[in-house]
This record gives sequence, C-alpha cells and structure tokens, in this order.
Amino acid sequence: MSQPEPETYTFDFHKETAEIMAESADELKLKIGEFAGPLDLLLYLIRQEQANIFDIPIARITDEYLRFIRLMKSLDIAVAADFLVMASTLIEIKSKMLLPRDPNAEAVGEEMDDPRQELVDRLLEYEKYKSAAQMLYEKTTLEQAVFARGKIESDDANAEIDASVFDLLTVFQKIVARHVEEVKMEIHREEISLADMIKDLKRRIFEIGEVNLIVFFEEMLTKRELVTAFIAALEIVRTESVKLIQKKTFGEVILRKV
Amino acid sequence: MSETAAQPARGTSELVAVVEALIFVADEPITSKLIADVLDEDKQAIEAAVEHLKEEYENRNSGLQIREIAGGWQIATRTEFHEEIRNFLKTRPSAKLSIASLETLAVIAYKQPVTVPEILEIRGVQSASAIKTLLDKRLIVAKGRKETVGRPMQYGTSKDFLIQFGLKDLTELPSIEDFEDLAGSLT
Repeated sequence: MSQPEPETYTFDFHKETAEIMAESADELKLKIGEFAGPLDLLLYLIRQEQANIFDIPIARITDEYLRFIRLMKSLDIAVAADFLVMASTLIEIKSKMLLPRDPNAEAVGEEMDDPRQELVDRLLEYEKYKSAAQMLYEKTTLEQAVFARGKIESDDANAEIDASVFDLLTVFQKIVARHVEEVKMEIHREEISLADMIKDLKRRIFEIGEVNLIVFFEEMLTKRELVTAFIAALEIVRTESVKLIQKKTFGEVILRKV
Repeated sequence: MSETAAQPARGTSELVAVVEALIFVADEPITSKLIADVLDEDKQAIEAAVEHLKEEYENRNSGLQIREIAGGWQIATRTEFHEEIRNFLKTRPSAKLSIASLETLAVIAYKQPVTVPEILEIRGVQSASAIKTLLDKRLIVAKGRKETVGRPMQYGTSKDFLIQFGLKDLTELPSIEDFEDLAGSLT
C-alpha cells in the first residue's frame, strides 16, 4: 500500500505518539489511545482536513470524529466518557447547522449565533495551553542538557528518606514497649491536654528547628501522655509545615520544620 | 567600605570568591539574601559580586555558568557540553512527561491556583492521572481549598518546577496571550 505521508502534528513530541497512520492494528491502538483528549483529537482532524478553525466543516469533522470513536471501540480502547461528551456536542452542533435559518434573524446579522462558536472558543483556548505544553517540553529538554554539581558526600540530604506515618508508628511502638519494661509507680499528676501538647511540641520544633521523636516520646511519663504526644505529632505533621525525616531505614524519626 | 570591626571587611575579589564558594556548595539554588545573611554583607554587595562572577565565567569561556534559577543562584555546566557529560556520567535524559501531563502542567502553571474541574474545562478531559504524576514528581503542590461548592483542592507549581524547567520565576514564562496568536495562525 502506498499511502501518502500522513500529516503530522506541529509538535515534535507528537511524533512519538499521535501519528495516526500506523503499521499494525496494535500500533494503531497504542497511538489512538494517546490522544490527550477529545479537543486534541478534534484539532488533529481539523488539521488533517485542512479546514479553517474559524469555519469548521462540522458535518465532515463530526463524521470523522465518530469514525475515530468507532475505530477506538473496535480496537477495544476504552473510550473515555469525555470523548463521548464531545461526540454528542458535535452532533448537536451539526443538527443545529442543518436547521433552516430563521429568515427574520438574518436581517439582524447572520453571524449572530453560530452554533459552532462555543466549540471554536474552546478549541482556541485549548490550543493555547497545548502550545504552552510544547514550550514546557522544550524547556525541560533544554534543561536536561545542563547539569548542576552532584551531591557532595556530606550532604545529609543523601541519606534522608521521607519518613511515613508508619515509621512514626514504629517509633511509638518501640517506646511503648520500653515503657512496659520499666513499670514504675504511677503518681497521680496533672494530665497534659492534647492542645497543650501540640502547643509544646510546635514551640520546640519552631524554636530548635527539629525535634527527635524518640527523645520527645521518652520524656512522657505515663502511657496516657505518650498517646497524647503521639497524636500531637500526627496532628502537627498534618497541619503544620513540618516534615517527618528519617536519616536511614529504621533510624530515628525527626520532625523538622520546612 | 567602613573599616569597623563589626563587619568583616572583605575586598571585592575576596567577596566574589566566597560567594562563588557558597553557590558551589549549595544544594539548591541559593538566594542573594541567604548569601548576604551568611556572610553578614548587604544584599546589593552580594548581587554585584554575583554579576561580577557571571561575567568572569563568560569572559573566560568557562565550562560552567552561573544561572538564576527559582529565585536563587546556581553553578551548572554549559549546555554545549551535554554530550560529553552524558558520556561520562553514562546517563540518559530522564523520562519525559506524557502529553497529558505536560498539558495539565501548562494549565496549572498559567492558571494557578487552579482546581481539577477548571483543568477539565480547558483540557476537555479528566486529568486525574496526570495530576497524580505531577504530584509524585513534585512539580505541583496542593495550594489549599477553594471556598466554593465542594471546596475543591487547588493546585499550583512548586519550586521543583522552576528548577526542573530552568526558570527564574513564574514571570519568566511567556504570557499565555503570546500563544494566542500562534494558535490562531495555525489554520
């Protein structure tokens, strides 16, 4: 088969993905699935038809669009709902265009309400961001040719792993376990409230910059206090600009302000 | 300047040298203000020193350059040598973002703070997986909730975005209206 060179996208990164002419059905499947959305497909079709975006031949484009949707379905590509929404929009516009014009309205001005206008506006708006995406693509490609120095060994960032809530839990369990070992006589003392605990922990983090959770938990004398401290730590991580940091796996967990 | 004991009186060349050293060791682009604080000098003096340093690098056709990225200064290699560097490091350019992710990122960069429904309106397609990718790569961050029905989460670009795309700040992005002429002229 000698097919004419397919029209490619203006964007080079489309070459990798969105060229419709394909060698095999599998390849075709892969490529059609990569359209960034219904607007993307529509722009492609308009360009392939060499149509004017301000005067879209809606009947032809709608047929083409529906042909693609069918093709996608026949290839078992899950057709996203968004593509179907666009299909119905196109059909609606097409049917509106077929209606005879109101002769009275013509006197006012025929360009008054082109049923395609809203779609054209959306396409133009979308195309701006598509161009912006292309610009970003170029920037990141360019940026990949520039290297900052590698990390030097003393960088503590090297060993830092973002600790998760589960690491926090592990630390907590360790402390609780230790508490069980050293049973002491509990003397009734005033219990600290969660609000005060949060306030206290927050103050320490923001004054010193970071707080070692093990040290903090170990200061707690009763189990109740310990639980309060744990909840306070969770709350602070959730609400404040504080990061959980672990220098190595199973290492100490540190709360650090960002 | 003044010879008071409070300020360590550094000569221009010494200041340029120490500024260079700080930019070199900094992990991330380092701001003039931070350098000024560390050296106990004023910001203008630091900025003058950086400019001096930049010129110096350019004049001697250095393999390195001083760049302004994400509001700070960074020492990096010149683009011309990327092939040699890659050969040495034995690395390939990292995986590129998909078209969907790039489009979503473009919408977020220009419309921030922006919600998921607003992104949907422009792109005409659900962007959930693209948003997840961008969040995972730390290119975007949640920027609080919009005080409207359903209080949807708003997203904006991160400092990492500026660094990875080699931008001084967001104003360095061409205006979105510039793309309008481009879009209109395509047909």
